[in-house]
Amino acid sequence: MSVPEQKVQTEFEPKIIAIVCNWCTYTGADLAGTSRIQYPPNVRIIRVMCSGAVDPLYMIKPILDGGDAVLVGG
Amino acid sequence: MTDKKQIGAVLVVGGGISGMQSALDLAESGYRVYLVEKKPAIGGTMARLDKTFPTNDCAMCTMSPKLVDVGRHLNIEIITGAELVDLTGEPGNFKAKVLQQARYVSLEKCIGCGACAEACPVKVDDDFDGGLGKRKAAYKLYAQATPNAYAIDKGKCLKLKNPKACGKCLKACPANAIDHDMPDNTLELEVGAVVLSPGFEPMDGNLREEFGWGRYQNVVTSLQFERLLSASGPTMGHLVRPSDHVEPKKIAFIQCAGSRDSAKGNPYCSAVCCMYATKHAIIAQEHEPGLETKVFYMDIRAYGKDFEKYYDRARLQHGVKYEKAMISTVKEDPSTKSVIVRYRTPDGSFAEETFDMLVLSVGLKPSSGNAALAKACDIQLDEFGFCKTAEFTPGQTTREGVFAGGAFCAPKDIPETVVDASAAAANAAKFLSSARGTLSQVKTYPTERDITQEDPRVGVFVCNCGINIGSVVRVPEVAEYAKSIPGVVHTEEFLFSCSQDSIEKIKDRINEHKLNRVVVASCTPRTHAPLFMSSLKEAGLNSYLFEQANIREHASWVHRDHPDAATEKAKDLVRMAVAKVKLLKPVYTSFMDINRQAMVIGGGVAGMANALNLAGQGFKVILVEREDKLGGNALEVKYTMKGNDPAQLVDQLIQDVKNHPNIDLNLTSTVKEVSGYLGNYKTTLATPDGDKKVEHGVVIIATGADPASTNEYLYGQHAGVLTQRELENKLAGPGIGEAQNIVMIQCVGSRNEERPYCSRICCYSAIKNALKIKELNPAANVFVIYRDIRTYGFYETYYAEARKKGVIFVRYTLDDKPQVEANGDKVKVKVKDPILNKVLELDTDLLVLSTGVVPAKGTDALSQTFKVTLNADGYFLEAHMKLRPIDFAADGLYLCGFAHSPKLIEESIAQANAAAVRAVTMLSKDKLESLGNVAQVNPKWCKGCGLCIEACAYGARYMNELTNVAEVLDVLCQGCGACVASCPSGACQQKGFEKEQIIAMLDACNG
Repeated sequence: MSVPEQKVQTEFEPKIIAIVCNWCTYTGADLAGTSRIQYPPNVRIIRVMCSGAVDPLYMIKPILDGGDAVLVGG
Repeated sequence: MTDKKQIGAVLVVGGGISGMQSALDLAESGYRVYLVEKKPAIGGTMARLDKTFPTNDCAMCTMSPKLVDVGRHLNIEIITGAELVDLTGEPGNFKAKVLQQARYVSLEKCIGCGACAEACPVKVDDDFDGGLGKRKAAYKLYAQATPNAYAIDKGKCLKLKNPKACGKCLKACPANAIDHDMPDNTLELEVGAVVLSPGFEPMDGNLREEFGWGRYQNVVTSLQFERLLSASGPTMGHLVRPSDHVEPKKIAFIQCAGSRDSAKGNPYCSAVCCMYATKHAIIAQEHEPGLETKVFYMDIRAYGKDFEKYYDRARLQHGVKYEKAMISTVKEDPSTKSVIVRYRTPDGSFAEETFDMLVLSVGLKPSSGNAALAKACDIQLDEFGFCKTAEFTPGQTTREGVFAGGAFCAPKDIPETVVDASAAAANAAKFLSSARGTLSQVKTYPTERDITQEDPRVGVFVCNCGINIGSVVRVPEVAEYAKSIPGVVHTEEFLFSCSQDSIEKIKDRINEHKLNRVVVASCTPRTHAPLFMSSLKEAGLNSYLFEQANIREHASWVHRDHPDAATEKAKDLVRMAVAKVKLLKPVYTSFMDINRQAMVIGGGVAGMANALNLAGQGFKVILVEREDKLGGNALEVKYTMKGNDPAQLVDQLIQDVKNHPNIDLNLTSTVKEVSGYLGNYKTTLATPDGDKKVEHGVVIIATGADPASTNEYLYGQHAGVLTQRELENKLAGPGIGEAQNIVMIQCVGSRNEERPYCSRICCYSAIKNALKIKELNPAANVFVIYRDIRTYGFYETYYAEARKKGVIFVRYTLDDKPQVEANGDKVKVKVKDPILNKVLELDTDLLVLSTGVVPAKGTDALSQTFKVTLNADGYFLEAHMKLRPIDFAADGLYLCGFAHSPKLIEESIAQANAAAVRAVTMLSKDKLESLGNVAQVNPKWCKGCGLCIEACAYGARYMNELTNVAEVLDVLCQGCGACVASCPSGACQQKGFEKEQIIAMLDACNG
C-alpha cells in the first residue's frame, strides 16, 4: 500500500489491526463516531460476531507478516 | 367478548424497555404491533443508564440489540412523538386515537448526520442528561437513538416561534429532511388489545429541601450521577464535580431521598435505589481508583437474585462504607463547594462529614402522564398513581383487553420490568389468540441467481452521506482507487447510498454488470446492512454476498482534521471489504418443523399459571408434577399481606388445569429421560402407570423451591420454637392460644457464609404474620429481630402499619446474633438493642424463625438432564440477568417461579405468564428458521474431540455418534463463533466469518 509521505518523514506511526466483537467494541467504535470523538487514524477494524471467535492465528499472522500490532476487543 | 371478529393487532404505549419487550414478544407471536412513544426515540429510562446491577453490564450495550430488533421488525410500527388520547370500541375491537406531534424532520429523509444540530444556534438544557449537559433545539434524543433521526424541539426552535427567523438547519441539512410546516397528525388505529407501559419518572431532587439539591452544585440526583458516569453523558464518562470539573475523592449517597417518607415524599419503597446506589459506588470507584464512598441508608434492600452478593462485594472488596443514619442537614462549604453532611447515628449521637459530592438516591414515581392516560383508556390508577391491578392477576388493568407492563404498575428494576412486559404480552396474546397471524406480514423475494460457478464480480458503492463522509474522506479518490482492486468490475459514488433511488440503482447495477458481490462503503453495518442486504435479495442475489466498509463512524467522523489519513484509511477499509467479499459464499438459512406442544415441569402456582396461559393460547401442554397433587408451595401460604386467599387461587387454578382440554396432567410423575432440542424434544416420563413417552417443542421449568430448615435457636428442641411457615399454619388454623409474647428472628441461615443470598419473602412473611397476630390479639407483644427490613415496593406501607400497631423492630448484626435459651415452656431471647444500647432480655412464648428458601430437591439433576446451568446458590440461571430473565441460554427452554429465585405469588404468576409468551414466540412459528451466520463443520477434518460442544453455550453442537462428527443444530446456533475458535483442526467455521475470509482481510490490511 501507499504510505503517506509525512509518515515516512516523521516518526513511526503503527498500523493497528483491531479485531472486535460486533456487540460491544464495534458498537463502541460506532459510538465514538456518532459522538465525534477524535482519535488517531492508525486503527483498521475487523468485525467478528464474538471475540470468542478470534483464532490465535488472527493475532500471530499479521505480526509475522510484518504488521505492527493487533488489538482484540470484546 | 362479542361475536365480532378480533383484530390481530396490539397497541403498545411507551417505548422503554418494557414496551420494547412487549412489542417484540407480540410481534414474534404473530401479532401486528403499533409502538407509540411520547419522545422522539424509543429506549426509555434504560437508555439513560450507564451500567446495570448486579452484573455491571453496560446498559446501552445490552439494550442496543433490542433497539435494533424493534426498529427492524416487519410487524412493529414505531410511532414517535405520540400519545394515546382516546380508546373507544370494545375489547378485541378497539379504536385507538393517537395524537402525533410534528417532528419537523422527515423520518424517511433524515440520515442522522447531525448537521442540523451543529447549525442550530439554540442551546437548551438536555433533560436526557438530567439538565447537566446542553443540547440544541434540533436534536437527537441520544447517540444510538431508534429511529436514528433528529427532531426539532417545538418550544425552543426560533423558526417555529417566528417563521421569518433563523432557518439555519434548513440550509445545513444535506437531505432536505427538515420541514417547519409539518403538521401534527391524528391517527386512528384499530387494535384488538392494548399494552400500557408508560414507565416511571424519577422523583424530584428537592422533595427534601434540606439535602440542598438545586442550591448546591455538587449535590446531584442519582439519574444525574448516572449521566456523569456514562461515556455518552455530558462529561463523556469523566467523573467530575459539576462545580469545578475536578475529580471527586469522596462521595456520599443518601438513600430513600423521597421514598419511605410519608411526610414529604412517597410512603412506598422505590425497590431499586439500594442496588443502584451500590452500583454507583462500585462504578465510581472504577472511574476514580482510591475514591471513598459512603452510603447513608435505613435498610439495605438487596432482595433480588444475586443482589446480596453484589452488596457483599461492594462492602468487602470495594470498601464501600454503609452507614445507617438519619440525615439532619446538608451544608455547602462556600470556599470549596464541598458538601457537609450532618447525620444522626442509630445510638442517637450526631456526626458530621465532608464530601466532594453528594448523590441523592431519588426514587421512582408514577409518570406525570398517567392520569391522562388512565382517562384516555378508561382504567383506574391506585392510591399512588400507578396502574391498579389485582394481586392474583398481575398486569391486568380494570378494563378488559387493556394490559399493563413494567414500572406502570409499581417501582421495579429492569428484569422485573422485562418479566412484566412479557407477562402483559402473554395476557394480550391469550386474549387475542383467535386473531393470531391475521395481520402479521411476511415479505417475499425473487428466486436467487446461482453464482457458485462464477468468478467474483464485485461492485463497490462509495457513499458521501451528504457531506458527512465527503467533507473529510475524498470519496472520488476512494471510488477511483476501488476500481484498481482486482475483482472489482464496477464502482459508483452516491450522495446517499441509503436513499430509495440509490437502492434502486444498486439493484440495477447488479443486473447490468452481472455483479455477484457488493461492497457499500458508507456507515455502520449495525444499522444499515439489513437495508443493503435486502436490496441484494430483491435483485435476485443471495443477501450474504455483501460487505460494508464503515468509512463514516470509523473514518470521516473520527478523523475530521486528517483528511489524508482518513482517505487512506477509507481505501484500506474498502480493500479489506473487497478481499473478504470475494470469498463470501451464499448463505441459506435452514428450516425445521416444530412440535407445537410444551412440557411444563412443576405443578405449583407458576407451573399451573404457565400451562393455563399456553393452553389458553391454543397450545397443548404436558404438565408434569412429582407430587400426587397440584399447588406446590402456595398450599402453605394461608393469606397474603394484601388480604387475599391463596387457597382460592390455587383451587381455581387446579380446577382450570384439570378441566382444560389442552392440558395433559401427569401427577406423581417425573422426567426420566430427555433427548432432542428446541422444536423436537422426546421425553420419557416416569408415571405411576409406567414409562410414558411424550414429544414436545419447548420446556418450561417451574419446579419451585423448598422451605429451608435450621438447627439454630433451639429449633426442633423446644416446643415454643417454630418456623414462620409453621406459625402461619397456626394463625390460620388453631391459633396461637394464650401466647402473649412473640419474638421473630429474621435471616436465620440466610445472608451468611453458608447461604449468602436473601430469600426475599421472609421480611414480607414476618410482617404479614405480625400484623395477623396484632389483628387477632392487639395486646400481644411482637418483636421482630432483623438485619435489614426488606419490604420493597408498596409492602413498605405494611411495615409502617406494623410499627404503628406497636410491633417492635430490633436490629442485630451477624457479629452479635441474638442468644436463645430455654426457660421452661418459654424461651429467653437476649439481643442487643443498638438504639437503647443495652441488651434486651425477652421472655417469649413463641420464638418464630424466618428460615428462608432453598433450591428444590432434584434441581441439580434436572439441570444436568436439560444441560442448563445453576447459579452459585443453586437456582436455575437465566440467559441474561437483565434482559432475558426467563429464557435459558439455549432456545426452547424457559423458567419461572421459585425455580428462578424466591419470590411472592404475584411475581410467580407474572413470570409464569411471561415464560408462556416467550415459549409462544417459538411455538407460533410455521417453521423454525436458523440465523444466516451459523457455524458449520467440515466432516472430513472433524476429529470428534468435542471441544466445540463444551464451548457452545446454546446447546447447538452435538456429537453424531455414527460418524463421530460434531454437528451443528442450525436453528439453535446463535452465530457467536466460540466453537470455531475452540476447534483445534480448523474443521469448524462460521458462515460469513470463515477463517480464510478473516485472513484475507488481515492480509489486505497489511497489504
